[in-house]
Amino acid sequence: MTIDMTQFYQVFFDEADEHLADMESLLLELDVDQPDLEMLNAIFRAAHSIKGGAGTFGFTDMARVTHVLETLLDRLRKQELQPVTEMVDAFLEAGDVLKAQLQAHREGEEYQDERIDRVCTWLERLTHGEQPAGTAPSASPTAAPAHSDQTQTAEPTWKISFDPLASEFKPDVHLDALAESLGELGTLQRYSEATGRPVVWYLSGPGVCLNNIQEIFDFICDLDGVQIAPMDDAEKSASPAADHEDEAFGFFDEAPGTPQDAEDPGYGFFADSPAAPVSIPPENNGQPSDSGYGFFENAPGAEASQDTESDGYGLFGNSPGMEQVASQAAHDREENAQGYGLFDPSPGYPSSTKSGDDSPSGSTEAPTKGGDSGGAPPNKENAAKSQTPKRGPGGDSSIRVSVEKVDQLINLVGELVITHAMLAESATHLDPVAHEKIFSGLSNLERNSRDLQQSVMSIRMMPISFVFNRFPRVVRDTAANLQKKVTLRLVGEDTELDKGLIERLADPLNHLVRNSIDHGIESPEKRRAAGKSETGEIVLRASHQGGNIVIEVNDDGAGLNREKLLAKATERGVPMSDNPSDKEVFQLIFAAGFSTADKVTDISGRGVGMDVVRRNIEQMNGRIEIDSAPGQGTRITIRLPLTLAILDGMAVRLGDETFILPLTAIRESIQPKREQFKTVSGKGRVLNTSGEYLPLVVLQDIFELGQVGQSLEDSIVVIVDTNEGRMALVVDELMAQQQVVIKSLETNYRKVRGVSGATILGDGRVALILDVDELVQLNQEMQPKRTGTSEQGNLA
Amino acid sequence: MSEDLKERAVITSDDSREYLTFTLGDEEYGIDILNVQEIRGYDAVTKIANSPDYIKGVINMRGVIVPIIDMRLKFHLGQVEYNQFTVVIILNISGRVIGMVVDGVSDVVALKGEQIRPAPEFGAVLDTAYIDGLATLDERMVIVVDIEKLMTSGDMGLVDRIQNESS
Amino acid sequence: MAKSILTVDDSASIRQMVSFTLKGAGYTVTEAVDGQDGLDKARSGNFNLIFTDQNMPRLDGLGLIKQLRAMPQYKSVPILMLTTESGEAMKTQGRAAGATGWLVKPFDPQKLLEVVRKVIG
Repeated sequence: MTIDMTQFYQVFFDEADEHLADMESLLLELDVDQPDLEMLNAIFRAAHSIKGGAGTFGFTDMARVTHVLETLLDRLRKQELQPVTEMVDAFLEAGDVLKAQLQAHREGEEYQDERIDRVCTWLERLTHGEQPAGTAPSASPTAAPAHSDQTQTAEPTWKISFDPLASEFKPDVHLDALAESLGELGTLQRYSEATGRPVVWYLSGPGVCLNNIQEIFDFICDLDGVQIAPMDDAEKSASPAADHEDEAFGFFDEAPGTPQDAEDPGYGFFADSPAAPVSIPPENNGQPSDSGYGFFENAPGAEASQDTESDGYGLFGNSPGMEQVASQAAHDREENAQGYGLFDPSPGYPSSTKSGDDSPSGSTEAPTKGGDSGGAPPNKENAAKSQTPKRGPGGDSSIRVSVEKVDQLINLVGELVITHAMLAESATHLDPVAHEKIFSGLSNLERNSRDLQQSVMSIRMMPISFVFNRFPRVVRDTAANLQKKVTLRLVGEDTELDKGLIERLADPLNHLVRNSIDHGIESPEKRRAAGKSETGEIVLRASHQGGNIVIEVNDDGAGLNREKLLAKATERGVPMSDNPSDKEVFQLIFAAGFSTADKVTDISGRGVGMDVVRRNIEQMNGRIEIDSAPGQGTRITIRLPLTLAILDGMAVRLGDETFILPLTAIRESIQPKREQFKTVSGKGRVLNTSGEYLPLVVLQDIFELGQVGQSLEDSIVVIVDTNEGRMALVVDELMAQQQVVIKSLETNYRKVRGVSGATILGDGRVALILDVDELVQLNQEMQPKRTGTSEQGNLA
Repeated sequence: MSEDLKERAVITSDDSREYLTFTLGDEEYGIDILNVQEIRGYDAVTKIANSPDYIKGVINMRGVIVPIIDMRLKFHLGQVEYNQFTVVIILNISGRVIGMVVDGVSDVVALKGEQIRPAPEFGAVLDTAYIDGLATLDERMVIVVDIEKLMTSGDMGLVDRIQNESS
Repeated sequence: MAKSILTVDDSASIRQMVSFTLKGAGYTVTEAVDGQDGLDKARSGNFNLIFTDQNMPRLDGLGLIKQLRAMPQYKSVPILMLTTESGEAMKTQGRAAGATGWLVKPFDPQKLLEVVRKVIG
């Protein structure tokens, strides 16, 4: 039976990803001074699981790394070693290497880099606990020796690889002979002998040297193409074949030596198995295997508990199940004897199991062990009972669907919502009494399509932990890099938002967090001097507020320096009002090329950054705000819609045109009085509302719609929040609050300033969705044009 | 897929291609029919701020937002009142859907390669860069337009130009 | 009637591989995601053979075996440990817990089938 292992790869990849992520977050939580044993166990389990899967699915490079990783973790969890910070560093590095390896395998390649050897050697060295914890050098990954000679063991291991097809001898005929000869030098582990692939063997033993091996090869074949290389410890112990124990197999049968057993010390039917690794010496001379458990001894009456070991598995003698194994065979035999004749296998038996049935079948006479009354008859019963069919497992409760399919579904549902709106609009002319059924049908349709829409949207929703989870590592590395002490607190990781937003949030958040550590959090000395705890704290918080998700990046650092920002603004010629509000000043850091860093560091301060962050957020229809208090810290707040596809909007009318204003931007709307409108030199027209002068944005001017609107006094003013502070937007009428499906203008046209997209109204017409941040910019750009022209007339 | 099939069918019929001809002012133009998605009447459009006058706005075509261009305005042929005979040719230009208002659609004709002669420099309203050539049909002269090239050109302002992005 | 096998492993990929292989060979297979789940599933079913991983959250392989052995219906059912190690310690612990045998990871599907056929036919 051939099974295509590749079908399990994807599951393994995903699972390994999860384990790596778990491992990393646990490592970051780990307190090396007071390690939590359960945590160490969990980390060990993660490494262990990856190793098991990697080995099984043939990703030997990952198996190798996880093996050394696991070995060290095992010593830690058994408390044979005390964890030190350097170990966590090594573990994290190993995790990174594994991630790279995993990624390469996903792409059908193998990751090759010297850091693999480096991290293995590093872990290996830590495992041997050569340095007492306190004096461990603060070795960084790069500082670790690429090859550590001290890890060479007394018994050298040689890796021999060659391609039997390319070499001058015929494979099957001479491979065994070759193996036998090599086996005389030391212990030979045969590994990877799949047809068509190069053979890899490992030979170890005291005094084995290159010359011996070469001599043997020279004798049998051409040395060209045979690679013989010494292995360092890490490699040796990581290679599955080199692990003696792994390859050993044992089988224990409590049955008295059956004829077959007695005659075949190696359990022939297993020894013949096509499985790769075979331990040569035991097979040849019947000596105890490396594991210390003997193979079956010939002695008749060896019914004393003996273990059976075979190629990769074993059975314990005297163990409860063995009885069953033996009696199962006995039971079969009995049945055979009664029904079909003594030696015929029962029908339906896979023929390949014949030899397997034979050997335990000799144990019919098996005496029951002391204390256990189970013999053949009860087991027969047992076997009969177990005929009850079992339900298969529930299986995975989730399926994988491509995002495209989900998006297609979302689009279709969007169409449905629009279609409903159109129908509803058409129906407004109908008499509700006469067409009661139509109206109740429409309201059902509305409810159903809205529910459908929500359900479909929820498919795309993912917890924000997908982005948050990377930050413990980011904070740790960044802080270490800057020699600062920073802890990270995550709040509201379960908050869900659209997958598309999650992906696009990662970069801006990364920048903000690094920025907070670099510019926000002070050095430990400064913090102490300021009477603060040496360790700074960064809090990442996510929550839902209305139809929005709000993400905050808080730090308890020095806060923004208002004077410095203002000085910088003057230096750069950024126009500022005479007495700008804090908000206006702080907002400066989002301006292009505006960095207040005194010195350029690796982390930030290269002049790209905050403006890019702002643009990224705005592209997601989001907004970013900053608050800061000197000496106490800075808070950056990002507000995003839950999804990119739907917007809660307010339909506003201006002449014949309808526009959609994002509800998130609207603060209030007012019916202004004439005296509230003012013209301030340099700032153009403003609206005075509760003592504050807000820039007045007249859409028909900006959009050059001509004189379509009403006079200002008859208009409605909507106060909206923008990145530049509040502004007053003049519209003719507020129509209705509604959810709209966002359509991109860029699909068939291009970006239009002041407009973030379009939607389709209930009557089938297109309405543009306003981008208030761009509107305020457009308004500023128009100021010079406007002052001194016809604006006064418009006011009148 | 179907595009490919269509294309092959057109080409194999002794090397000729089908063109949709339409009129603009006094001139008759032909465009590759493979770029034509459908022909429809003129609907109310939603105006787009700060766009050139020939971009009338956008319409909703079964959930797709489609920009509408008035070719008369683009080529300064004077304004015409839209009426129930005004025709919009919906084009599909490498995946983008664009509507083009013309005076009228006249015909679908098959033209062989050799029937299309290179266009001399002449006073057409269209830049010769977008003209594949001239063909004579009966007594009429048809100006064969490379509509794909025309619509994606910076001239039309339909597509964001990369270098223009740094607004 | 198909023999039924319980495979207990916290690794989904291994579990699926084991399950797929054994199902392909005509066995009925039930999967459990950790020792506790394995115990629950074992309680509600009657298995001819149980494979269990050693390192698992909640309840590990040895713990599972001990508990199973305390249940009358699993007193003498073969239980094999899927383990990445086959050292003395594992064997001593395995034997003490009541395991019937072990199978070293990594293993390939053929090996798995051989062992299963050997043990329950």
